[in-house]
Amino acid sequence: MKYRFHLIILMILTAGLASCKKDNYEAPQSTFKGRLVYNGNPINVEYEKVSIELYQSGFGKVGAINGTVAQDGGFSFLLFDGDYRLIIPNSQGPFRWNQTTGNRDTLSVKVSGDQTLDLQVTPYYLVEDAQYNVSGREVTATFDINKVITDANAKDIENVTLFINKTQFVSGTDNIVNAGVAGADITSLNNVTLKATVPNITPTQNYVFARVGIKIAGVEDLIFSPLQKLTL
Amino acid sequence: MKKIFLITMGAALLVTASCKKDSDFLDIPPKQILPSDIVFSDPALALAVLGDLYNRQLDFSGLDNGWASFVDFSEAFPSENGSAFFVTRNGWDFGEWNTWDYAYIRELNLFIERATASTALAAADKTRFLAEARFLRANYYFEMVKRMGGVPIITSSFTYNGDVTDLQKPRAKESEVYDFIISEAEAIKNDLPADVNQKSRASKGAALAMEARAALYAGSIAKYGASTPQVTLAGDEVGIPAAMANGYYTKALAAANEIINGAAGGYKLYQVLPNLSDNFANLFIDKSNANQEPIFIEDFKVGSGKVHSFTVNNQPYSISDEGADAGRLNPSLNLVESFEKLDNTYAPIPTTDGSGNPIYYDDQLDIFAGRDARLAGTVLLPNAQFKGEHTDIWAGYQLADGSIFTSGNANDLRNLPGTPESAKVQVVGQDGPINGLEFRTQSGFYVRKYLDPATGSGRRGRQSDVAFIRYRYGEVLLNAAEAAFELGQTSVALNYINQVRARAGLTTALTTLSFDRIVHERRVELVFEGHTLYDMKRWRLAHRVWNGQQMTVAELVSNIGSATKKNTQPFGLWPYKIYNPGNVNNGKWIFKEVKPSAVTGANNFQLGNYYSRINDNILSANPKLVKQPNQ
Repeated sequence: MKYRFHLIILMILTAGLASCKKDNYEAPQSTFKGRLVYNGNPINVEYEKVSIELYQSGFGKVGAINGTVAQDGGFSFLLFDGDYRLIIPNSQGPFRWNQTTGNRDTLSVKVSGDQTLDLQVTPYYLVEDAQYNVSGREVTATFDINKVITDANAKDIENVTLFINKTQFVSGTDNIVNAGVAGADITSLNNVTLKATVPNITPTQNYVFARVGIKIAGVEDLIFSPLQKLTL
Repeated sequence: MKKIFLITMGAALLVTASCKKDSDFLDIPPKQILPSDIVFSDPALALAVLGDLYNRQLDFSGLDNGWASFVDFSEAFPSENGSAFFVTRNGWDFGEWNTWDYAYIRELNLFIERATASTALAAADKTRFLAEARFLRANYYFEMVKRMGGVPIITSSFTYNGDVTDLQKPRAKESEVYDFIISEAEAIKNDLPADVNQKSRASKGAALAMEARAALYAGSIAKYGASTPQVTLAGDEVGIPAAMANGYYTKALAAANEIINGAAGGYKLYQVLPNLSDNFANLFIDKSNANQEPIFIEDFKVGSGKVHSFTVNNQPYSISDEGADAGRLNPSLNLVESFEKLDNTYAPIPTTDGSGNPIYYDDQLDIFAGRDARLAGTVLLPNAQFKGEHTDIWAGYQLADGSIFTSGNANDLRNLPGTPESAKVQVVGQDGPINGLEFRTQSGFYVRKYLDPATGSGRRGRQSDVAFIRYRYGEVLLNAAEAAFELGQTSVALNYINQVRARAGLTTALTTLSFDRIVHERRVELVFEGHTLYDMKRWRLAHRVWNGQQMTVAELVSNIGSATKKNTQPFGLWPYKIYNPGNVNNGKWIFKEVKPSAVTGANNFQLGNYYSRINDNILSANPKLVKQPNQ
């Protein structure tokens, strides 16, 4: 039998065209993003440590859509349009949010199209006016501590630490040097000074990233000052 | 005529044959499934069902689920490149260690119900089977409560009657689960044989040992949980009120005392071999009746199909029966440092003198001299013997100018500086340590606990039948000591802890006791036996010891023996041979503390790790369950 190549090509084209029809669900397309803010300033935390949960009911089983807050307090989700309930679970984050008692309440969020929503939180403390002074390899940080919550829910400072890392991820886990002071040893919340000497970095780089974190007694997550790049 | 007869007879035969009832023909008892009334009429069949339930017990560490269940928590380094995640990660997922096997609970409940209903079993068999099944059920609830906190206590099988809400049970309080375990142990202990040689089936000793451990855990969660008020739930599904601590400690001490007083059989510490290190190692190997320390074990038998490859996986590379299948579990220097000196003091392994100069040793083993015998019993040290051969652990030569002369491969022979071309020598140990070279030690140590000296134990075809000890008398003594200490009965506690220490060669008795001492003693006695995580959790030390911060050598060698000492990254101790002809130190050994290059992460135990996540499927199926805290 003689092969008719033009027929075969036609068949392949037909099959190809027919299979172009989508056989899948559309991917979620609406971006829902925002920041954790207090008085318009973002709350800096450690990445992947403070989680946010979204719940959507009406589809059978109920489970959270989990997300975590980035280092600079931002978060983002890619979602289908619809009604969601948002919660920062209890005891997540160095702040109080949407709560009058120990338990936090959910927040209704309607997503239709891209959307930005900043979550107003009340931190226990804030690091303010952080100034860094570099001399040789010694970094001196000077800052004020603002005790934001002073009522019955106030908590003490466990310690305050200056963290320095060679990448922009700076936290208790990610640092090459740190220097701290215990909360009990802080006499004045103004002009607190911490010093650390940056060790040699291999391969050599002439800059580091620094920020100051406050560990609050009874709260797992630290609150940080904004990230600062320092040239050595 | 003859034809008619034949046809008639044929028809008659057919008719009579088809007279058999349809039901007789179709209802054939299945030959591959045994109905439960038959199973529970024969003790051998019932025991076979029970055997399956025994086999399905869950342990944190076990020999049949491999070497990897021992390697975490910075107590060891994984020398298998595919398992480097243990030391490169920064912590654990909240879901890690979770368990929710209510299918197992249901089958235990069904076993109990069917055995109870059985009339054909002899009374003695029935009593023992029932007690064993209740032991297994309590033991699994214990495993669950350690990992998950309070869980629904289900003690009967469920039948679905069309309404699923009847089957949804809320979580019990954490204390109620512990109470259940304790009361079950009390209820069944006299139905079980008080026989010291009954090790792989539940015995009175096993029930009491479980009770003592459970009560101790509950007591310490009550006491030390007060330091972490965040790790609680409002309904006490997680967390135990501090006021209940003493009650639990009292129960723990009473149950342990019952074993110590001999009420469950003549258990005693294993003291058979004259060399105390060999004696400690042999405690885990010796399965004869001379070994009266194990109380409840998971047994194995060569040739039966139930064997494990712990020895295959962890034998020294240079002494391996199986070529490159070796050397995975490498105890860390962190652990080795914690074994104290014979005068009961803590000291780092002396690598340098006071002014920072290296100390030179004639023999590699000299640096470990004068320490707790359990060190050499737990860890296979450089130049130590296994199966009659010495391990070959050294990282290279150190030359006169202090530079290191080594190779990435022990079979790559090289000329030392100033030697003729023909005098090529090996410049690194067959057992490593070489960074990144798997199946050789990368910490400078191999594991000795459970390592089977039997011929052929390292072959994949044979494997090993060393038993895994779930409960042993040594731990019962330590449980009793801790409970007595917490109750303020220090002299009782000292008596018990000193017995365990004396067996390890620490014959100068302790005269004072502290919480840190107890934490330390459990670490060195019970390491690689599946206790590390649960101990750190119940003392609420886990988030302080594994705090996610990188470690330095200076931190490693200081504060040894402190319960809150950070232990986030495993270190190694690498031996170097001095090559300096003509010098007095030529051929001697020096040692260096090394962080293996794969160790980049630092263990960070978050508060949300204290109780493992209940997964969304389970939460969604049962809305009465409350979520774990801090997740």
